[in-house]
Amino acid sequence: MGRGSKSHQARVNQNSTLYRRQVRPIELIGETIIRIVAFVSLAAILLIFLFVFRESLSLFSAKTSMAEDASIYEASESYGDVPSDSGVPVEEAAVAAPVATATNEKPGSLLGNLFGLEWQPVSDRPKYGLWPLVIGSFKVTLIALLIAGPLGVLAALYATTFAPRWVKVWLKPAIELLAGFPSVVVGFFALTVLASILQTSFGWQFRLNSMTGGIALALAVVPIIFTVTEDALNTVPRALSEASLALGASKWQTALFIILPAATPGVLAALILGFGRAFGETMIVLMATGNAALISINPAEPIRTMSATIGAEMAEVVFGDTHYGVLFFIGIILFMVTFALNAIAEFYVRQRLARRFGSR
Amino acid sequence: MGQPSVRLASKQLGVFYGSKQALNNINLDIRANRVTALIGPSGCGKSTFLRSLNRMNDLIENIRIEGEVTLDGENIYGKGVDVVALRKRVGMIFQRSNPFPKTIYENIAYGPRLYEQKSRADLDLIVENSLRQAALWDEVKDDLQKSAYSLSGGQQQRLCIARAIAVQPEILLMDEPASALDPIATARIEELIHELKAHYTIVIVTHNMQQAARVSDYTGFFYMGELVEFDETPVIFTKPSQPRTEAYITGRFG
Amino acid sequence: MIRSKFMGKAVIWGTALSAGLILFSIAFMLTIIFREGMGHITWEFLTTPPSNGMSGGGIFPAIVGTFIMVVLMSVVGVPVGTITAIYLTQYARQNSLFAKWIRFAVNTLAGVPAIVFGLFGLGFFVQFVGRGMDQLGGGEATVWGQPNLLWASLTMALLTLPVVIVSVEEAIHAVPRELSEASLALGATRWQTIWKVVIPNSSSGIMTGAILAVSRGAGEVAPILFTGVAYFLPHLPQSFSDQFMHLGYHLYVLTTQSADVEATTGIQYATTLVLLIMTFALNFSATLLRQYIRNRTRN
Repeated sequence: MGRGSKSHQARVNQNSTLYRRQVRPIELIGETIIRIVAFVSLAAILLIFLFVFRESLSLFSAKTSMAEDASIYEASESYGDVPSDSGVPVEEAAVAAPVATATNEKPGSLLGNLFGLEWQPVSDRPKYGLWPLVIGSFKVTLIALLIAGPLGVLAALYATTFAPRWVKVWLKPAIELLAGFPSVVVGFFALTVLASILQTSFGWQFRLNSMTGGIALALAVVPIIFTVTEDALNTVPRALSEASLALGASKWQTALFIILPAATPGVLAALILGFGRAFGETMIVLMATGNAALISINPAEPIRTMSATIGAEMAEVVFGDTHYGVLFFIGIILFMVTFALNAIAEFYVRQRLARRFGSR
Repeated sequence: MGQPSVRLASKQLGVFYGSKQALNNINLDIRANRVTALIGPSGCGKSTFLRSLNRMNDLIENIRIEGEVTLDGENIYGKGVDVVALRKRVGMIFQRSNPFPKTIYENIAYGPRLYEQKSRADLDLIVENSLRQAALWDEVKDDLQKSAYSLSGGQQQRLCIARAIAVQPEILLMDEPASALDPIATARIEELIHELKAHYTIVIVTHNMQQAARVSDYTGFFYMGELVEFDETPVIFTKPSQPRTEAYITGRFG
Repeated sequence: MIRSKFMGKAVIWGTALSAGLILFSIAFMLTIIFREGMGHITWEFLTTPPSNGMSGGGIFPAIVGTFIMVVLMSVVGVPVGTITAIYLTQYARQNSLFAKWIRFAVNTLAGVPAIVFGLFGLGFFVQFVGRGMDQLGGGEATVWGQPNLLWASLTMALLTLPVVIVSVEEAIHAVPRELSEASLALGATRWQTIWKVVIPNSSSGIMTGAILAVSRGAGEVAPILFTGVAYFLPHLPQSFSDQFMHLGYHLYVLTTQSADVEATTGIQYATTLVLLIMTFALNFSATLLRQYIRNRTRN
């Protein structure tokens, strides 16, 4: 027996040690590069969080020289930097007296200003009331969800349960096609085609308003609601639907009373994600909502969203002044709202899903 | 006359997953050119032990090792030990065959290529040699460029054995190699193990007691993380000294 | 019984109607854009710059600008994202708090509005890094401290970074663990296993993720609004510190601010069509690539 093992060992002398290692510098260098690159990109991600906060907090520091602003606003009172549509009413305050009072606004009153009801940053008494913008964002998002929510969920239900094979083959790619439309294209379509159709059908006073924007936004948001809902419906264990069918329930009863309720966490996630996407959308609302910072219940009136405000005014703003800071502050609000929504959707919904169907 | 020399030995080996202990004080010798079988009910730690022999357990986070495992006297968990070098000498075959999504040829050539550039002629020789040892050559020699996935389950497992052999290990660890195979393929594998032990030292984990009895020279019975009994196979299966061993073998539990 | 039947029909028809409505709007949009834009797309249109105050000529500089920006964005974003994903899946400790927070940050960042990235681009790249660079270079000229091609591309790269990371991670996770185990058990190092087993087997997912990120980046306008894009430039960008024109931005300004809406309508539709075709081509090639690689590994 010993002899047998000895001859075997003679054959494999070359690797009979545990310590010899072929030194391969490529690996060491490569792994170091990987670590560095990953570190940089993760640092960049974290930096985004930190930086946007920092820029807007400078708004509240006493360093922001308000005196400077007053002199800037002495001169003009126009909406020169805001793309306007012929149908939008110009605010009356734009024709105020040209005499400027060099107001030294204290930082404290700025806070109060933010809670005001008028957004009019370019005037001799700049008003940074955020309410019109916040309400505008919510208004158009709500309209979009009221349309896209049911459409997306029901369409997903159709796709997973009732659609015949040949329809299924076409439906998913079509929705993915819609998801691939750049938002500027949807906005263009809304502005050019949709607005006219709606105005002639309903006889609205304003061609571009929150309704038009909302419908366009719905188009942009439907794919994500559809996809996430479809995923959720497909993940419901087949055992549940089989049990229902075996009891004599019909397909639609099973779909409505068993499958859909079982997929509720996923459907909720879909709606939350859709809301977040619509809330932060910029191009569509820039083009289709009329961009007037009004507060009104009427959906056929124009609005101004937070994202559109940033998009429209940021290019013309002076670095470091109050207006700049306020725009960044609006960005923070947008950031936090969408961040919170996404976090909720991920956290809460995933937990609920795991609890319902056991850990997967 | 004495027994063949000890190649692998575990000395008071303990394995912990975090605070949970999976193996406790295992002392076991693996002898050269013999087949050692590890049996026991599921969850008893036999697979964990097997994977400690080639440090595949390192892949698990939170794992902690106590004691030693020596290969020809050197502790494989010692300082400065190169895991890669260890795994060249101690090969492993898994429960479910896992060939790469490549051709038969490429699967076997993968290992040798890791260490140095080999000429085509060298590789051809290695591939043929390994396939012959794994008793697969005659079945695939006509088309080595076929995808590995076109082989049957039993053939794929033999391919994995050939792949492991290609790096010229001294010891082969097999984790329930036939449990996913039909009886005929299983018989082939068992026959193969018998042929292989002339050149390799083999450790096999199996939940099939009859297989252990057929194939091995030594058997170790694991239960709840402990090595209950270890002896020559005929002794374990006819005159076990531990009551728990006897209970398991006669089918009273497990 | 009858009520049940009626309900059944109603449900089926109701959901079918929803799906139909969506399909109809897609078809409607495509038809109109195609019909109105097709006529204006000529070779000349694609290769000459605008003229007559935008109411004539073509969109050549916009196409070039878009192309250059997308290339720059991809060259930075795709490798960085892929390597980061490799790091996260292969090197970072999977259960650590660090890994969990990073994953959370990446996933939620994917949902942050594009305009916020623009804000970051402006505040960080343009004002902070750019000004810093100018000061280092003498402090007189404003070369880097203003919106330009480089900052816009980097901002877009950042925008698509989470998308690339997530899709590459998914692709890597789809590779069965058994394959990496087999490789390691044969005595391969981690590096060898990553590059010889894991990456080759996830390459289709990686490519798909990259292409999708690129196509998304090509269509987004919000982040470049104030980080580098311009409406009319006398010449093509010649260095990273130049501004550039962009198809999507061009469309936006044409539609909302052009003086002569009538004359530019055709151009608007044509620009839209070009943008759409570009985006669809990218998405379609991603799908094709995915299928092709899937079929190849299947055999």
